[in-house]
Amino acid sequence: MPRSLIPPEFLVARDEGRCLKCKACVRQCGFGVHTDDQGRGISIDERRCVNCQRCVVMCPVGALKVTANPSVGRENAYWPASRLREIWRQAENGGSILTGMGCDRNYPVYFDHLLLNASQVTNPSIDPLREPMEIRTFLGRKPEKVSIAGPPGAERLADPLPPVVQLEIPVMFAAMSFGSISKNVVLALAQAAKRLGIMFNTGEGGMSSVLAPYREHMIVQVASGRFGVDNAYLEAGRIIEIKIGQGAKPGIGGHLPGEKVNEEIARTRGIPAGADAISPAPHHDIYSIEDLSQLIYTLKEATDYRKPIAVKIAAVHNVAAIASGIVRAGADIVVLDGLRGGTGAAPKLIRDHIGLPVELATAVVDRRLREEGIREQVSLVASGGIRSSADLLKLICLGADAVYLGTAALLALGCHLCQKCYTGKCSWGIATQDPSLTRRVDPQWGATRLVNMLTAWGHEIKEFMGAMGINALESFRGNRLQLRAVGLPQNELDQLGVKQAGEAM
Amino acid sequence: MSERKEDYHQSYEGKIRIPSGCAVAGLINKAGKRVNGRTIGEMMAVMHERSNGLGAGYAAYGIYPEYGKAYAFHLILTDDQTRGEVERILVRNFKIIEQQEIPVRRTGRYKKAPLLWRYFCEPLRPDRESAIEDLLLTTTMRINRMAPRASVMSCGQNLGVFKGVGYPEEIAEFYRIDQYLGYSWLGHGRFPTNTPGWWGGAHPFSLGETAVVHNGELSSYGTNKSVLENFGYELSLRTDTEVMAYAIHYLRRQNLSWPLVAKVLAPPHWAELERMAGPERELVAALRRIYGGLMMNGPFSIIVAFHGGLMALNDRLKLRSLVAGASGADLYLASEEAAIRQVCPRVEEVWSLPAGEALICRAEEESACHVA
Ligand code: SF4
Ligand code: SF4
Repeated sequence: MPRSLIPPEFLVARDEGRCLKCKACVRQCGFGVHTDDQGRGISIDERRCVNCQRCVVMCPVGALKVTANPSVGRENAYWPASRLREIWRQAENGGSILTGMGCDRNYPVYFDHLLLNASQVTNPSIDPLREPMEIRTFLGRKPEKVSIAGPPGAERLADPLPPVVQLEIPVMFAAMSFGSISKNVVLALAQAAKRLGIMFNTGEGGMSSVLAPYREHMIVQVASGRFGVDNAYLEAGRIIEIKIGQGAKPGIGGHLPGEKVNEEIARTRGIPAGADAISPAPHHDIYSIEDLSQLIYTLKEATDYRKPIAVKIAAVHNVAAIASGIVRAGADIVVLDGLRGGTGAAPKLIRDHIGLPVELATAVVDRRLREEGIREQVSLVASGGIRSSADLLKLICLGADAVYLGTAALLALGCHLCQKCYTGKCSWGIATQDPSLTRRVDPQWGATRLVNMLTAWGHEIKEFMGAMGINALESFRGNRLQLRAVGLPQNELDQLGVKQAGEAM
Repeated sequence: MSERKEDYHQSYEGKIRIPSGCAVAGLINKAGKRVNGRTIGEMMAVMHERSNGLGAGYAAYGIYPEYGKAYAFHLILTDDQTRGEVERILVRNFKIIEQQEIPVRRTGRYKKAPLLWRYFCEPLRPDRESAIEDLLLTTTMRINRMAPRASVMSCGQNLGVFKGVGYPEEIAEFYRIDQYLGYSWLGHGRFPTNTPGWWGGAHPFSLGETAVVHNGELSSYGTNKSVLENFGYELSLRTDTEVMAYAIHYLRRQNLSWPLVAKVLAPPHWAELERMAGPERELVAALRRIYGGLMMNGPFSIIVAFHGGLMALNDRLKLRSLVAGASGADLYLASEEAAIRQVCPRVEEVWSLPAGEALICRAEEESACHVA
């Protein structure tokens, strides 16, 4: 093989004075950076390092240090090192560059330009430790009107409401399929969802039988590959989500290479082991909004109208009109996956150059649906790059009912954002099927970490609410007046529907 | 005055009492007997300290029996030209049977008061009575779009709102409310912090058959507004209370009874809900799910007037004062007990309203209140 011209991206330094030669790093690295040189010490192949920090964290004596290589040559603002590397790589192998996780480019982050409000004097703040703060929310269709029977004073509900799902925190775990992540990680998400009173999503990989105890907290996904979709699968979850697209790769299908399709994955997906699992770019039965409507009603018929149907789309430029069409096509929940949404594998340029930030997408969809008078009928879920309880609340103020977390959930499980999920070698045992790696995540340990993180977020949300003098999450949805923007031009303020900081109520 | 100054100096020692919020008052005679507007005026005058002169107003029910079923549009206008524009909007759907300037005393600071006009109108298509609420809504929205040049104070049958910039006693005097007899009254004095003092921003806010006075601030305003915009309500009057009036109007159009309207505005906490009996829980939970965005969050006390009754309500945490007093067929409501004792020294019973629980009082002889 001709010699590669690419300098290593990361530098791995071992403090030989500290090193015990215990070889923990050799075992820990999923990428084969450290090798035991049989008596001659431990050698390092820096070119393979992805800076996942696993060896650094696991080294018992702290002998390892991994840092970014400060230079690849004379990179500059116009030709950044990342671009140089990509060109060299493409020159070497002729392929499109693959990557994992969400877009990491330096586009404006609207979250970081938005500030929340608080009460002073005219409107007392509320102490969340003393007064109930309600952050429960519901997803599903709402009738336009409540239908009531019975005489005044003894009224009762005449017709039951359409099916909904209750969330104790306005958060769900985003679709991540068994195949892209390990079974242990799926189990950790499922257990955490159950303990938190929220939902997790099977992704498009079908449903493994180990998930049976978590059905009450499960969203099943129907994606273009239709893997594992049968009646039992549709019946298994509380919500059925039709995946049209995802923020990390709008308009692009999925591909799980045959070598990753082991016996168990094959069984849940309903395909032969070793066969490539290909999700086409479009659903081959959806070429228009009417077709989508047919699929929505097919799924409703198949489940006797007992389950809300969600439709997930990537946020693209025409997102408002598309979302409106989806509502009119009969969806009960619309999911908008923004530019920063993560993935197990995507072509890097697609990930980085297509889409819309979720803050803008949420704001414009909420506005459009209101203008059409249909916002109150459906739920809106925002997804893609939510990093904190503050991001979450800002999205709710911009019009979301709840959010999906993907990347943040994996971070809680140990992910260090190395973006190499597509390699299947994840040293943290998350995006891999290698049994020696997957056992690094114990489902219960993982669930506890997820519960901890979201419990903390729950507390923070309540503190924010108390400061604003609002004691129910319902009073936040679409409440743009609780937001002000700093450093945005007028047209961006207009799209977000938010006032400039300094402007009064 | 010199006394006041002293008080002010003491404030440096941290003793200042910041008068915040507004004064609200309401009264109704359950027998449907009509009382002079002087009473509500007196109630408001006692609570002078709770206003800052930037807005006050009154709503009166049962004042126009001689106009039968006509809808009384009370308007705030800048000039005759605006009146012409408003009239053109009105005649699209209504026949004007009578109109006049609302009688006022244009003295002192009120020499430059806006033009205050009332129209008594009948719908052009009386056969479509069920659509009247929609008609009142669209007509009001059309006129209010011209704000601040024009705004509608009220548009219901046999009722009227009188409001403007000033202290409650000044506004009572200006509109000569002692010239009217009504079976129920609302009064309000503003201490605005959030919106400029302008005539259209004073309370009560009224749409259709209901009128509201409100003390408080709505942190949920943005949400409430975004929900109401789905249903054709435009918020153009630059004050929180507008959203309250429209939310109530919308909920009534949804055929909710007054107790259920209250359950939407100040819903029981989820924990309370779980303690309710089956069918009630189901209904209240459904209301919260469907109309959750119309929950009023933040401190408030409101008094709502409608044909034949009054409803008083506090926020779920009781962050604003609201006192009720009963004496014979009379029910009084006010921000302060003093206002009640002022006009009814021998009041039989006085109590403070609990958090989030509505007090609804109906005139026993509703027919006496309703336009036949
Ligand atoms: S890939 Fe990860 S585990 Fe391997 S050397 Fe680099 S930082 Fe260490
Ligand atoms: S899941 Fe694993 S491979 Fe993917 S970014 Fe995180 S640590 Fe890296």
